[in-house]
Amino acid sequence: MVKIHDVRELEDVVVKFVGDSGDGMQLVGTLFSDAAAISGNDLATFPDFPAEIRAPHNTIAGVSGFQVHMGKRKIYTSGDMCDVLVAMNPASLKSNLKWAKKGATIIVDSSAFDEKAIEKAGYTTNPIEDGSLGTFQIIPAPIAQLTHESLAVLGVDKRVAERTKNMFVLGMVFYLFGREIEKPLAFIKTKFKEKPKVAEANQAALKAGYNFAETTEAIKMTYKVGPATLPKGLYRNIVGNIATAWGLLAAAERSGRPLFLGSYPITPATEILMELSKHKSLGARVFQAEDEIAGICSAIGASFAGSMAVTTTSGPGLSLKSEAMGLAVITELPLVIVNVQRAGPSTGMPTKSEQSDLMQALFGRNGESPLMVMAASSAANCFYYAYMASKFSMEHMTPVILLTDGYLGFGSELFRIPDVNDLPSITPPMADPNDKNFKPYRRDEKTLVRKWAVPGVEGLRHRIGGLEKTNIDGNVSTDPLNHQLMVNIREEKVNRIADFIPLQEVNGESEGDLLVVGWGGTEGALLSTVKQMQEAGHNVSHAQFNYIKPLPKNTREILAGFKKIVVCELNSGQFVNYLRMLYPEFQYEQYNKVQGLPFHVQELTETFTKLLEEV
Amino acid sequence: MIEYKRIEKSPVELTKQDFVSDQMVKWCPGCGAHAILAAVGNVFPKIGYRKENFAMVSGIGCSSRFPYYVDTFGFHGIHGRASAIASGLKVANPGLSVWVATGDGDSMAIGGNHFIHVLRRNIDINILLFNNQIYGLTKGQFSPTTPMGTVTKTSPHGTIEHPFTVSGLVLGAQGTFFARVPDNNIKLMTEVLYEAAKHDGTSVVEILQNCIIFADKVHEHITNREMREERQLFLKHGEPMIFGKNRDKGIMLMNNGLRVVEIGKNGVNENDLLVHDQYATDPSIHRMLGRMKAPDFPVAVGVIRSAPADTYDDLIELQIENAKKTSKIQCVNDLLRSGDTWEI
Repeated sequence: MVKIHDVRELEDVVVKFVGDSGDGMQLVGTLFSDAAAISGNDLATFPDFPAEIRAPHNTIAGVSGFQVHMGKRKIYTSGDMCDVLVAMNPASLKSNLKWAKKGATIIVDSSAFDEKAIEKAGYTTNPIEDGSLGTFQIIPAPIAQLTHESLAVLGVDKRVAERTKNMFVLGMVFYLFGREIEKPLAFIKTKFKEKPKVAEANQAALKAGYNFAETTEAIKMTYKVGPATLPKGLYRNIVGNIATAWGLLAAAERSGRPLFLGSYPITPATEILMELSKHKSLGARVFQAEDEIAGICSAIGASFAGSMAVTTTSGPGLSLKSEAMGLAVITELPLVIVNVQRAGPSTGMPTKSEQSDLMQALFGRNGESPLMVMAASSAANCFYYAYMASKFSMEHMTPVILLTDGYLGFGSELFRIPDVNDLPSITPPMADPNDKNFKPYRRDEKTLVRKWAVPGVEGLRHRIGGLEKTNIDGNVSTDPLNHQLMVNIREEKVNRIADFIPLQEVNGESEGDLLVVGWGGTEGALLSTVKQMQEAGHNVSHAQFNYIKPLPKNTREILAGFKKIVVCELNSGQFVNYLRMLYPEFQYEQYNKVQGLPFHVQELTETFTKLLEEV
Repeated sequence: MIEYKRIEKSPVELTKQDFVSDQMVKWCPGCGAHAILAAVGNVFPKIGYRKENFAMVSGIGCSSRFPYYVDTFGFHGIHGRASAIASGLKVANPGLSVWVATGDGDSMAIGGNHFIHVLRRNIDINILLFNNQIYGLTKGQFSPTTPMGTVTKTSPHGTIEHPFTVSGLVLGAQGTFFARVPDNNIKLMTEVLYEAAKHDGTSVVEILQNCIIFADKVHEHITNREMREERQLFLKHGEPMIFGKNRDKGIMLMNNGLRVVEIGKNGVNENDLLVHDQYATDPSIHRMLGRMKAPDFPVAVGVIRSAPADTYDDLIELQIENAKKTSKIQCVNDLLRSGDTWEI
């Protein structure tokens, strides 16, 4: 039977898979996005899962989701509202319907909409039948039931059949987007190579779903998203936390300094620790410490030993590391501190993203304790900024805090794979053996950087520590003028890194009505909005900061070019107040959101439009 | 056991003088720490590593000024964290002989977590635990080892806390090496430090240290030179446990506990006494020896436990070597190109 239906061709499309925690939505989302990537789409993804591993069955608290934004054009975010929503139970439909665009296609597993589940989700009547979804293209399919039926001939038990229903729905979505199913079929074979029976069941479910979609009358329209025009190169899909881990490994290799990670598991940063643990063949020494403090202190010990030392954490862990960060500042040892920010204060919302640790990163230590602060701004550029954080840390003998966030850490996008040998070189200032002039705090005149003198190397015996030391000689000192000198030097040393970082770029004209300023993980949403508004003829530009302390040298010049400046952040205004402190001559507007959610293009467009009207 | 030791020996013979730094020693006159510094000066040349291969790490407290006074690489850390810093140092470079100088407050209060976990991991570092039963540098507050009831500046009515015994905490945390020495026996301390250096794994040496200002003579009932034969049991591996000025008393294992017996009385002779086995993997006897205290028992000094076990630093080296031999990923370019990639 051949069906005739509409094919809607789109520039970009957002698909969201939602279901109960155990429904396998993360896997389905990943397989779907891999297929999109291989078909040449640009894309970004974001998982949305509860902190609980298995919250009670069929409740709103237990809903787990995965969103894919793919396109023929450049994709900057994982998308605001979805074109296609796949909901595996009433709770996931209830909690995600607000993210469905008008007229979106909604696939629901109608066999999961029994009375009990409907009630648990907080519905009084069955939403599929009561007409409340009238404006959507609803595709109700008894997915669980059909999966069981299609697997009956294989003789698999009920439990296995229940767990393959995600493959059935994946088959349906593949049909909906005209994708070939060869790739996931092969993936299933590899994944379950130890369990051929399970592999067979999953493959059968995938095919059954595809065939069902092909024949069902409910699908009146399918989608087509053509390939994007991306620069030539070798690509892969990468999650931000993995990109961070790989950037660190690349920096260790290029610097010739072995990687040491001292870390303690914490959401949403744990994945970096897990990833680096895998790479002993690259010489990565990973120390899962007894707590956050031991994580950073072991890293400081390793840095003293001459390793490229790293500690990874999220907000609460950064608080615990504060004292030890000061130790790294005063001993002037390299150390990369990765903070994958999450919603705070305290435990806050561990799986939700926020940018609220900026002030803590800049100032959250006792004493005058300056260090370099940087921020990655996309899942893929976590690789580059982790690399650069390591480079500046070693070359300038300073701790560096690299801020990412849960949104970048968990999200994925396409990554054009570089050749490690093409990355900027890293030359740590190692002290030479038996250097007659060696003193612990003797400095390079231009950069104020001291030498890295490593235990085991002849003629470099010295003692450093948390007590204030004399400049050059490094002896313990409480001399008032020496302390003033050392305080000034430590600040100036970090500020002089500005001579080595790239100038700030502006997307759009360097002068105009409105400059949209952001930092870190909000780049995708801000850039998408500004581009759309530019295309609509507005005089608006965008600057996304990756280097925060020190700021790029042309920051003042950029700010001076606009009638209005709006600083947008997922906090109550931390970067804007930092700018007010450093550049008080400008008037700043601010747009802030602290809901554990990313910016949406729509809210930004409304805000900027209003600001432009007032110009 | 894994043979993995690669700490380079000094090509020339070193002396005590080679390890004296140019810094002025600022402990109080009469402080027990001076004796510890002297013993370390004795033992470092004896161990025979290059000067550059020693690293001293400390936390905060009087004990923690130690690194400044030894002419090696030194790192003066922050309160309680010496074990964590030393762990990173040793794991990053197993070719170093790493020594931690710490006190009862530094290692057992603020640093308690790191202390038990370095022991559990059995990282090959040596911990000198200066136990003076007081916070000295902050001028006289009770510590986790201060005896119950002691009046200090923060316990004007006497402490109401049960103290830790260092041996109990070390052996409870599965420590593989524990020794105890009084600060007025430099000869024994030197011998014990040598044993600690030889041991593969975390070594804890508890030094019964006198703080002349804030807790003077707290160990006097044990360390008094006149009485020490009676009040200390000098342990030696393979020898029966005999003590007393006239060497007429000993330790026997009876009814699952230790008993003090008099040799030659009630039919007891030397063959009935417990023979010290510091290498026993079962810590039961070591625990009992560590717990012995006055007035019923002499206090055990010397090496109480030195049990063989794999060290963390050896095992991580092995894992890295194996991974390098067997993994397909030999450089970061391999890693970036592993798994699903495609050409555009």
